[in-house]
Amino acid sequence: MEALVASAVAVMTAVGVYLILRRQTFPVVLGTAMLSYAVNVFLFATGRLVVNMPPVLSDTATGYTDPLPQALVLTAIVISFGMTAVVVLMALGSFIASGDDGIDLGEGRE
Amino acid sequence: MGARNDRKSLRMNLALIVILPFLGALLPGVLIRSGRSAAALGAGLATALAFAGVLAHLPQVLAGEAVATRIDWLPALGLSASFRLDGLAALFALLILGIGLLILLYARFYLARSDPAGRFFTYLMLFQGAMLGIVLSDNILLLLIFWELTSLSSFLLIGYWSHKPEARAGALMALVVTATGGLAMIAGMLILGGIAGSYEISAIVEAGAAIRGSSQYPLALALILLGAFTKSAQFPFHFWLPRAMAAPTPVSAYLHSATMVKAGVFLLARLWPVLSGTPEWFYAVTTVGLVTMLWGATVALFRTDLKALLAYSTVSHLGLIVMLLGFGTKAAALAAVFHIINHASFKAALFMGAGIIDHETGTRDIDLLGGLRRLMPITFGLATLAALSMAGVPLLNGFLSKEMMLEAAAHTPYLGNVWLLPGLATLGALISAGYSFRLISLTFLGPERNDYPKPPHDPGPGLWLSPAVLVAVVVTVGLWPALAQPLVSAAAAAAVGGDLPEVALKIWHGVTPALAMSGIALAGGALLLTQQRRLQRAGGALARLDAGAIYTALITTAESGARRLSEALHDGAMARALAALVLVAVAAGGWAFASAGIGLQTRPMLAVNPVVGVGWLALIVASLCLPLFHRDRLLALVLIGIIGLMVSVGFVYLSAPDLALTQITVEVVTVVLMLLALNFLPKLSVAEPAPRRARDAVIAAGAGLGIGALIYALMRRDFAAPTISGYHLENAYTGGGGTNVVNVILVDFRGYDTFGEIIVLGIAALVIYALADVLLRRPNLRRLMAWSPDQPRAGDAHPVMLVVATRLVLPVALMVGVYIFLRGHNAPGGGFVAGLVVSIALVMQYMASGLAWAEARQRFEYHSLIGAGVLIAGLTGLGAWFAGRPFLTSVFGYVHLPPLEKFELASAMGFDLGVFLTVVGAVMLALASLSRLSWRAMTDERRRGEGS
Repeated sequence: MEALVASAVAVMTAVGVYLILRRQTFPVVLGTAMLSYAVNVFLFATGRLVVNMPPVLSDTATGYTDPLPQALVLTAIVISFGMTAVVVLMALGSFIASGDDGIDLGEGRE
Repeated sequence: MGARNDRKSLRMNLALIVILPFLGALLPGVLIRSGRSAAALGAGLATALAFAGVLAHLPQVLAGEAVATRIDWLPALGLSASFRLDGLAALFALLILGIGLLILLYARFYLARSDPAGRFFTYLMLFQGAMLGIVLSDNILLLLIFWELTSLSSFLLIGYWSHKPEARAGALMALVVTATGGLAMIAGMLILGGIAGSYEISAIVEAGAAIRGSSQYPLALALILLGAFTKSAQFPFHFWLPRAMAAPTPVSAYLHSATMVKAGVFLLARLWPVLSGTPEWFYAVTTVGLVTMLWGATVALFRTDLKALLAYSTVSHLGLIVMLLGFGTKAAALAAVFHIINHASFKAALFMGAGIIDHETGTRDIDLLGGLRRLMPITFGLATLAALSMAGVPLLNGFLSKEMMLEAAAHTPYLGNVWLLPGLATLGALISAGYSFRLISLTFLGPERNDYPKPPHDPGPGLWLSPAVLVAVVVTVGLWPALAQPLVSAAAAAAVGGDLPEVALKIWHGVTPALAMSGIALAGGALLLTQQRRLQRAGGALARLDAGAIYTALITTAESGARRLSEALHDGAMARALAALVLVAVAAGGWAFASAGIGLQTRPMLAVNPVVGVGWLALIVASLCLPLFHRDRLLALVLIGIIGLMVSVGFVYLSAPDLALTQITVEVVTVVLMLLALNFLPKLSVAEPAPRRARDAVIAAGAGLGIGALIYALMRRDFAAPTISGYHLENAYTGGGGTNVVNVILVDFRGYDTFGEIIVLGIAALVIYALADVLLRRPNLRRLMAWSPDQPRAGDAHPVMLVVATRLVLPVALMVGVYIFLRGHNAPGGGFVAGLVVSIALVMQYMASGLAWAEARQRFEYHSLIGAGVLIAGLTGLGAWFAGRPFLTSVFGYVHLPPLEKFELASAMGFDLGVFLTVVGAVMLALASLSRLSWRAMTDERRRGEGS
């Protein structure tokens, strides 16, 4: 299981990095979304993987997983939505204002 | 030397004394509207109050008792705001505040009508506060903060006439040199604190022997000396001081003769009991001081600008004081302390005199002056007395400390040679007498000229009163040295840490070697004056050498290097900057892997069940398809949706139901948002050249492998330290009143974080609103209106089936939202998820029935929802105060209302309600802003169709 999670994080990170290196705004926005997934799963996994032990207290539970990374990741997911939304609007704004969705400035622009 | 807390007496608290100048810094900005006098008066009042505050403590301090105040600030870091007033601190504080008062008066009349005087007084008071902070701090970390603050305020003051290029250059140079030294000193101080185990100066002084014996002592000493030497303009770092003379003269008189440059000396005196007494100290400090004294004096001999001459003379005298502290004997330290007062009095008077001459004649070049004694008799009298004191002429205070210096030098062998120090010290005194005589002779004596730039005359009392007070000190102390005895003795006793040899300050010590040396120095100085012309021809070029050229070369190289590097990384292409960032991160991670190892991989792997394998496969395939097909943007969004869904499923499987709920709801709103944006954006991305794609793929693969390896290694090893999760699990129910530990952490244990996060979310939504608003204005609006859909539109924008279905679903969805909210404390759910669910329900109405329909039925502004949410969360947190608990501590209890089951009410629910409202407001504001754009971009024709 650990290998699966690690490989998923690796693939999502690689795809995210590849996309943020593109020259147009939309793929970059997708790339940040992918990186958010990767980072959130990464942080979650630092609490180690546990199956069937949700951190909800009950008399029948045999044990609990680490709740702290979950709490941190929960807010991170919501914040990454806020970030993605701002970036999307910036991309949209620059496209409407300039008629071009290229991401580079000055000489770097192609 | 017992310190006692002084809170009970009527005397002013030390912290208050330090704060007074800072409060005073606020006054000129307000008072300047009533004129310069009012601004100066306000600043002067604060200074005078602080001065009186120090004076009130004086009897106790002179009796050898220190006054202390301590406010713990960050005890865990050893940082406390502790202040201590002993003899040394009192001496400096009186100098800073006393001369400060005189400078304020002088500056009031010195500044031109066109100069922004309010700003000047504010800077001056900031500096005064910082300087006072240095001398009163009893904690080295606190001292360092004030230390850097003096560098900053000095920068502002030197660059006060910012239209002058030399003022800007001089300010920058002073800042770079003193701040670099300051950085070195921070490192040195941290080492000291590390050895002593405390950052309190009193504790460090007690640990003196341990520090001197430590193997880190030479390093700490070198670093601290670097800080002190740059600040006190010691050779070879002295070059910034003459260039700082581009400052207005009151600044030169205050910072660059009486106070700031003495900060380095003060520090050497403060740490004298800790650091001195070793050969390293003796040779480093004595040698630097000696060289500085001789070099500064020599250069002063050749300068024709009055202020430059005085600046080099200051360098020389600072060297003298440093050398005395380097001797390491108590008698020498006493002489150093005495010379600090004497130098401050005569040098500040001389600077003010130079300012008067500049002010009244239009020049301060002594080649253009001469014969002023009859034209400016008052200035002549004051400047001459001060300059004679600087030369070391008997019956003036400069003579007394110079005698003591020569006496100390006569008893100090250097490298086993008993003649070297006395000889060179006499030479220094001789040159010093030489330039002092030259200053008097070339400025005031000789025939009157008829080519002064302005007709010279004495200024009004506003300008000469301040130097007159200082000259009165010069003469009084010179005639009755015993008057200065108590303060000097108390200061020296504090500096050397206790018992002081009985040294009486007096004029006549009998025929001693020092007297002979003094005589030689004065006679030699007079001889130098007679040989003036020959001397100027011989030594002019030599005296222009300094390290300024090296500094300039270093700075230029650093600047062009930095420019080349940043231009290579930031050429306007974001991909390049990001690639550099990723590569550096990968390299740093790789280096850490390679150098530190990864720990024991002892944790067993969990078994994989086939269904999980299928989910993993879906995730991987979708992810890998993304870079291949991302150019088709709609397809890319579908792939993103699959990935998000699989991540949520993964969270469910791995015991994180809350995360799964949040992820899936966020996924929905994110995709809706991107679809809205995609409405306008091109549907296809431009293809990029294959080599670049290949290069990016390599970088991306490196980053992915690195992160994957890191998390794999982390998951396979056990926790390196015990986690704090046990605490959360144990206390969630008893302390937070909930069984869903994740929710309890969010609303209680780490409520502060959550509070901050909803604020961030609210701000993000407001930013989106503002951005959209900009797009709805000209000229963007015109472009927006000109936009036409690039895809075929649906024949029916609002299919009846969809409209009916969503309206029916709305109450149910809202109910689900409420249910998820209410159960959140004890089962997966809570404010975040509930907010997202409700948002989705509302967004569905927008999609099905159109913006106009939805907005017409909207009862609350989304802005106010965000505001209300943050307020409710904050007020709930404040509620804990009324229960006498810290912010955000939750209170809970069980309530029994007859028809219902017994249920729980926790104050955390109020907090969660705030979270809920903020999330709904933020998500809806973001989506509605985007929808408004689409609405405006529609043709009127379509809009009519929408409205129906």
